[in-house]
Amino acid sequence: MSWLDKIVPSMGRTQRADRRNNIPDGLWHKCPKCEAVLYRPELERNSHVCPKCDHHLRLNARKRLAWFLDEDGRDEVLTDLEPVDRLKFRDSKKYKDRLAAAQKGTGENDALIAMKGTLKQLPVVTVAFEFNFMGGSMGSVVGEKFARAATIALEEQRPLICFAASGGARMQEALFSLMQMAKTSAALERLRMAGIPYISVLTDPVFGGVSASLAMLGDLNVAEPNALIGFAGPRVIEQTVREKLPEGFQRSEFLLEHGTVDMIVHRSEMRDRLHNVLSIMTHQPMTALDDEPVEPVETDRADGDVSTPS
Amino acid sequence: MNPNYLDFEQPIAEMQAKIEELRLVGNDSKINISDEVGKLEEKSRKLTEQIFRDLTPWQVTQLSRHPQRPYTLDYLEEIFTDFEELHGDRLFADDAALVGGVARLDERPVMVIGHQKGRTVKDKVRRNFGMPRPEGYRKAQRLMEMAERFRMPILTFIDTPGAYPGIDAEERGQSEAIARNLAVMSRLKTPIISTVIGEGGSGGALAIGVCDELQMLQYSTYSVISPEGCASILWKSADKASDAAQAMGITAVRLKELGFVDTLIEEPLGGAHRQREATAQRIRTALNDSLDRLTAMDTEALLERRYSRLMSYGAPQ
Repeated sequence: MSWLDKIVPSMGRTQRADRRNNIPDGLWHKCPKCEAVLYRPELERNSHVCPKCDHHLRLNARKRLAWFLDEDGRDEVLTDLEPVDRLKFRDSKKYKDRLAAAQKGTGENDALIAMKGTLKQLPVVTVAFEFNFMGGSMGSVVGEKFARAATIALEEQRPLICFAASGGARMQEALFSLMQMAKTSAALERLRMAGIPYISVLTDPVFGGVSASLAMLGDLNVAEPNALIGFAGPRVIEQTVREKLPEGFQRSEFLLEHGTVDMIVHRSEMRDRLHNVLSIMTHQPMTALDDEPVEPVETDRADGDVSTPS
Repeated sequence: MNPNYLDFEQPIAEMQAKIEELRLVGNDSKINISDEVGKLEEKSRKLTEQIFRDLTPWQVTQLSRHPQRPYTLDYLEEIFTDFEELHGDRLFADDAALVGGVARLDERPVMVIGHQKGRTVKDKVRRNFGMPRPEGYRKAQRLMEMAERFRMPILTFIDTPGAYPGIDAEERGQSEAIARNLAVMSRLKTPIISTVIGEGGSGGALAIGVCDELQMLQYSTYSVISPEGCASILWKSADKASDAAQAMGITAVRLKELGFVDTLIEEPLGGAHRQREATAQRIRTALNDSLDRLTAMDTEALLERRYSRLMSYGAPQ
C-alpha cells in the first residue's frame, strides 16, 4: 500500500472520480466500465462508445437522434407539451421543483423528444427518451407525445423508431402515469394493425412501466450491447427471491438468449442495420452499393453478433 | 390484538369482545341481558360508523389488503353461475395467481378473469400472493381473445400487489406479457368491464384492466406503485407509506374525483368482508348496469370510445 492509499481512503477516491464523471463539459471522460480515461472529442467521434472496451455509454436524447437521423431534413415535432402537476405532488421536494430542476438541467420540457426525418433517405418518425430528465420516467407528457408520434407515423405511413432509456413510470403523476402504459400501447396497436413497422431500440436502462408497454411491443425489439433491461429492478428481485442473481441477468445478451429481443446491434452498425430491415419490410427497391467493393457474405454471423467492425 | 381487525379497528374489536362476553354470561344466568347487548351493539355500530367515516388513504390501503377480504373466486361463487375454470397459457404453464373461465351473469354468457390470492398459508404460496407470472397474463390474453371470438363480454377482477418480480418471470418476458395485453385489450371487439376489488397494483393490475368501464369497490386502491415502494424511493423510508398513499391519491373515492372511475361501489359498514353477500350483490348490480350500457353500443362505436378514453388520460386540457 502506498502512502497515498493510507492518506486517502479508496472509497473517497472513487466518489471523487464519479463526481468528475458527471461534469458534462469536461475534456476528459472516464469509461464507467473499464475506467479508461477518454478524450471527449474522440469519444464523440466514436458515438460515445468506449474505444478501449467497446462499452456503450449513455447518449442523451438530442444527441441520439442527431446521430441517428440523416443530417438534412431533420425536424423536431410536438414541442409544445409541458408537464402539469395535477396532483400537487410533494415528497421530500415538490414535484414542481423537481420538474423545474430537470428542465434546467437538461434543457428539455420533459423526458421524450420526437423528430421526423430520414434514415439513409427512408422517411421515419423517431422518438428518444432523455434519461437525465427524472430517470426518463413516463408521465403524461411522455405518453401523450409518444402516442402523437405514433399517430403521425400512422397518418404519414412512416416507420416509427423509439430509443428507450427509462426507469419506468413517473411516481409523481401516480395513476396518470400508469395509464400512459395503456395509452402508448393502444396507439402502437393501431400502427400494428395498419402494417406500419415499429422498431423499439432498448438502450441502457429500460425498466418498469416503459418496459412493460411501448418498449416491448416492437415488430422488432433491438438492444444495444450490455444494456440493462427488465420489468423489475435487480434490487427488488433480489429482495423478493432472496437469491443471488445469475451472472449477466437482465443484460441484452440475456434477453437475446431468452427470446425477448430480435438482435443486439452495435451502435456503429445501428443506422445500417435498421435501414436494411426497414427497407426490406417496407418493400423498398434494393439500393446500389455506392462504390463499395463487393465482399463475401459472412455466413457464420449470428444476429446477436456484436463484434466491432474494424 | 384481534387479528380479524386492523390496528385502527381495535376499539371495535374490544367492543365486540365485550358483547360476546356478555352473551356468554347471559346464556349461563337467568338475568335478561338482551337489552344490554342491544345497547352495546348499537354503540358498536356507531363506533364503526365513526371510525369508517374518515379513513385515511393508508387505512383504506390496509382494508384493501385485509386477510378476510373476498377474492375473485369468492365473488365468482356469489355473483355468477355455471362457471367453468379454464387453465393454462398453452405455452408454458398454468398460473394459479390469475384465474379465468366462462360463466353466466344471470342469463348472459361472459368471460371472467381475475387475480387470485390464497387464504391459507399453503394456498397463498400456491397462488403466489396474487402476483402473476408471464404465463398468467398470457392465459388471460388467450381467454380474452376467445371471448372476442364467441362474442362474450369480458369481466375482470383486479386484486394484486403487482406482477411477480422474480428471476423466472424476467426470463419468460414479464414485460412483454403485460405490454401485449395492454395492446390487445385496446382493440378487442367485445365490451370489457374491470372491477378493482382489492389492491390495484401497478402494471400487474393494468394488464387485465384496459376497459370500457372501470368500477372500484369503495375500499379498494389503484396505484402506479405500492405506497411502501413509493415511500422507500422518494422519501428514502418505507415508514412514510402513509404519506405516499396520501400524495398519490390511490383510493377509489379520490380516483373517482380524478375521473378514472366510472362506478364507485359502496361497501357495507366495516368493509366488504363484514358482509360478503351484500357486497357481491352490489357488484352484480353494477356489472349488469354497465353491461346494459355497453352492449347497447355497436362495436365500432365501442372501440372508438375505448380508444378516445385511453388517449384522454393525461392529455392536455
